[in-house]
Amino acid sequence: MLELRHLTKSYANGRRVLNDVSYSLAAGEFVAVMGDSGVGKSTLLNLIAGLDAPDAGAIMVDGVDIAALDDNAATRLRRARMGFVFQAFHVLPHLNLQQNVALPLLLNGADLSRAGSMLEAVGLGGRGADFPHQLSGGELQRVAIARALVHRPALVLADEPTGNLDPDTAQQILRVLRDELRSTGASAIMVTHSHAAAATADRVLILSQTGLHAA
Amino acid sequence: MGWGKLNRWLVWGEWRAYPLRALTAVLAIALGVALGFAIDLINSAAYNEFSAAARSLAGQADLEVRGTQPTFDERVYPMLATRAGVAQASPMLELEASVPGQTSALKIIGVDVLRAASMTPDLVGVAAADKPFDTLADDAIFLSPAAMAWLNTRVGQQIQLRAGSRVVSLRVAGGLVRARTGQRLGVMDIGAAQWRFNRVGQLSRVALKLTEGVNLLAFKQALANDLQGRLQVLQSADETSRSASLSRAYRVNLNVLALVALFTGAFLVFSTQALSVIRRRSQFALLRVMGVTRAQLLRQVALEGGLLGALGAALGIAGGYALAATALRFFGADLGGGYFPGVQPTLQFAPISAGVFFALGLAVALLGSAVPAWEAARAPAAQALKSGSEETALNRLATPWPALGLMAIGGVLTLAPPIGNLPIPGYIAVALLLIGGIALMPRLVGLVFQALQGVPTRRPLVMLVLSRLANAPGQAAIALGGVLASFSLMVAMAIMVASFRVSVDDWLAQVLPADVYIRSAASGNTAALALAEQAQIAGTPGIARVDFLRLSQLNLDPARPAVALIARNVDVSTAERVLPLVQAVAVPADRVPIWVSEAMVDLYGFTPGKTVRLPLVGQWRAVVVAGVWRDYARQFGAIQMRLGDYRRLTGDTAVNDAGLWLHAGTTPAQAIARLKALPFGAALEYAEPGEIRAVSLKIFDRSFAVTYLLEAVAIVIGLFGVAATFSAQILARAKAFGMLRHIGVTRRQVLAILAAEGGLLTLMGMAVGFVLGWVISLILVFVVNPQSFHWRMQLHVPWGLLATVAAALLLAAVLTALIAGRSALSGSVVRAVKEDW
Ligand SMILES: Nc1ncnc2c1ncn2[C@@H]1O[C@H](COP(=O)(O)OP(=O)(O)O)[C@@H](O)[C@H]1O
Ligand SMILES: [Mg+2]
Repeated sequence: MLELRHLTKSYANGRRVLNDVSYSLAAGEFVAVMGDSGVGKSTLLNLIAGLDAPDAGAIMVDGVDIAALDDNAATRLRRARMGFVFQAFHVLPHLNLQQNVALPLLLNGADLSRAGSMLEAVGLGGRGADFPHQLSGGELQRVAIARALVHRPALVLADEPTGNLDPDTAQQILRVLRDELRSTGASAIMVTHSHAAAATADRVLILSQTGLHAA
Repeated sequence: MGWGKLNRWLVWGEWRAYPLRALTAVLAIALGVALGFAIDLINSAAYNEFSAAARSLAGQADLEVRGTQPTFDERVYPMLATRAGVAQASPMLELEASVPGQTSALKIIGVDVLRAASMTPDLVGVAAADKPFDTLADDAIFLSPAAMAWLNTRVGQQIQLRAGSRVVSLRVAGGLVRARTGQRLGVMDIGAAQWRFNRVGQLSRVALKLTEGVNLLAFKQALANDLQGRLQVLQSADETSRSASLSRAYRVNLNVLALVALFTGAFLVFSTQALSVIRRRSQFALLRVMGVTRAQLLRQVALEGGLLGALGAALGIAGGYALAATALRFFGADLGGGYFPGVQPTLQFAPISAGVFFALGLAVALLGSAVPAWEAARAPAAQALKSGSEETALNRLATPWPALGLMAIGGVLTLAPPIGNLPIPGYIAVALLLIGGIALMPRLVGLVFQALQGVPTRRPLVMLVLSRLANAPGQAAIALGGVLASFSLMVAMAIMVASFRVSVDDWLAQVLPADVYIRSAASGNTAALALAEQAQIAGTPGIARVDFLRLSQLNLDPARPAVALIARNVDVSTAERVLPLVQAVAVPADRVPIWVSEAMVDLYGFTPGKTVRLPLVGQWRAVVVAGVWRDYARQFGAIQMRLGDYRRLTGDTAVNDAGLWLHAGTTPAQAIARLKALPFGAALEYAEPGEIRAVSLKIFDRSFAVTYLLEAVAIVIGLFGVAATFSAQILARAKAFGMLRHIGVTRRQVLAILAAEGGLLTLMGMAVGFVLGWVISLILVFVVNPQSFHWRMQLHVPWGLLATVAAALLLAAVLTALIAGRSALSGSVVRAVKEDW
């Protein structure tokens, strides 16, 4: 469903971050990506999301090279096919939980009813009218997971989703993420520093100067 | 469906979280729109009433023949009445009758009742049923309701009016039912008017109705050719354009001032929107990541601004209407400007003007949102998601070139000539300088505070303040824009008004050299002093010398208001002693010299040394412009000539005014007492130069009262801006402050930081604002005023006033920062740190 072909990426300062990265992600597959800080994990996710363009190589999402699309087309692809979870949660502060989770449905013009059941699925049933500032970090990340999956994306990109959480909460969050991935059948790439977190994935890959390889 | 709902969620979420911010922006727009709309409503109400009154005087006439002077010889009348193509001709004598004890005159129109009945039915009096011939009686006058109320009289009573140095008594025989509300008017038989007011054999105008089928324009052209400019032929359109030009510069000036308030409001919307977009930078980035396209994001931010603008503009239209109604009730139609005397307009909602001002308010808000919206949509989402990238959003603001370019264009525009007699390029230059100045602020703030940062200090709070101002100049500058805009405009207006006032004061001292002034009446053109009376005045003991003055009017251009014609004793070689000359040339002794006001040079091209022709008593007379003098009293032009020349050319020996020089040992009071003892002395008006000066300056101040008011509003909007931007910035920095509180900085210290930042920024804004305001005042004084009012003046800076306002503004800004800071800091410290954005 996702195929990375010989990706290279350098930033303006000339430093080469990604070097000949290739990988083929099967539908429903959940991989964890590990690697040293600053090696280019977030950059890789940005490229896959179409937020940045590689210097060379191709990123095939369902047979379409997202790197070759213009901004509007890439945005539409992202909107319909991808979901995101971030280390810093990134929940809109002035929308309530129900509205935050419903955002992707709104953007895709879909029926909003799934937002409620999604909140329930991540253990926040009945709190849809609450606002983000009333939640703990773990709860905020559950909201983010619900939001990432509510529109049944084909691919979820998670950048250190447990980086800001204590180990117990992190384990809960990972269980929720896994269960929801399984029930929606989405593939996922999760960047993480934690071996415990990586262990919940189907496969673990290491990103290094020489590319992306199995651990 | 989804997208519209998202729009609503986002807008509503933002407004619910920061209702004050939204409210300030709405109010700022509303205030600007309200002022602009109100002034437009008042002006057009006054102007419409004024022209309606003029039209009702013209009645059904197709054309009107008018003299170049207030009256002309009635022997022209038969020639006009019998001319081929003329169906009817109605002769009229129009007088401004001086009323004893009143400062304004009563307009009286003498008509031939039989002809007026069909041509100008509004000008026919209603006689009592038992006295049907009163309309022809030689002692009867018919008064409009407003005139009756003003003179406190009613039908059957007598009223007193001045004719020459005597008083005539007329019987109020009836009313003028079709007079307009507020219109002060009297009508009498034309023969009676000529006789009673010493105008035997004279007319002011003849109204013509043409036979059906006659080509109006061709007839007008042929008649004008035959009359050779000794008389003028006018259409009602000419009359309208004349009355329009009377007050046009004044109206435009007021409208521009109102636009200034709107502009300041625009700036406020820009700064609040910009700061709010910057604060939400990472939220917008998240939306972009989740699949919102650039265009959609742009629309979202524009929608927010547009909604604020639409709300504010709607509120402003309603408020403007209420404001106009209130102002008309309490200040009258001319807002103290003196351009629409006696007019009582009725306010009418003007849909087109309302639409224009609504659109302006909306456009201003959209423009204010456009730049931040564009930046938000363009920002690379992945980077914008990280916090701390706010200042990069403003980096582009630091390029000085667009700002310098705007200012350069503004500079070039100051050299451009007026458009349609209005200083449009000058006004645009002012706007460009302002915008350029504001746009230059981020760069300037950065430069100044980076330099200050170099000053070594061991005090951590000072260091915190300076480093923030130096490293986030873009955000600081946005907070400053409001102060800068309103303060520079305030400085410009204050310098302009002070320059004008000082110049007028000096000028008054120069044009009032005599010890005592006498006038035949406070206003009107029916009072005068004949030769014998002049001799009696000159022969009064204690009076060394008398300078008699004949004031009259000359119509040089049918489309323009009349020019003042002043005849007095002027010695060619020492003209500068009686006239405030700015230019003079030698004139051959055998030519008739005239001295013209600066407006004559601008409007009619009467340059020094030029030979020009003046239409006097039905003849063209060649005269030479011997000099140009400064005149702050008449913006439509004035001509002075020697009394001897005037009498020789016109045969008119009467005078209106006189300046008296007294022998040493005679006090003004003694001289006035002796003059009052003369047979006609009690009817005259006496004044010492000091009194005239005081009254003139009072009128001056009153006519600028609206200006001060509009200025005050601009400053209040500016302070609004300071409040809104400071509180927005403090909100955006809640996390940083929470962190400071965590590491042991006290609440007081945080507030001290905010006060210092606010104070330093305001100081900086005022310093730049002063320079900018000074430059703008140069444009107002040396470009806008000469072009619109033909007033040239010397620059005078009112340091005391400026220092006071600056101090008040500084205090207000610091207080505003403190209040905004207190409320922003009232939330819990823990939450401030936890909240990610
Ligand atoms: N916008 C950028 N401009 C220049 N260098 C960048 C930019 N973003 C990231 N980098 C650099 O690229 C490298 C990889 O960054 P990133 O992908 O965020 O690493 P990580 O593996 O820790 O997620 C780092 O050295 C970082 O400094
Ligand atoms: Mg990273």
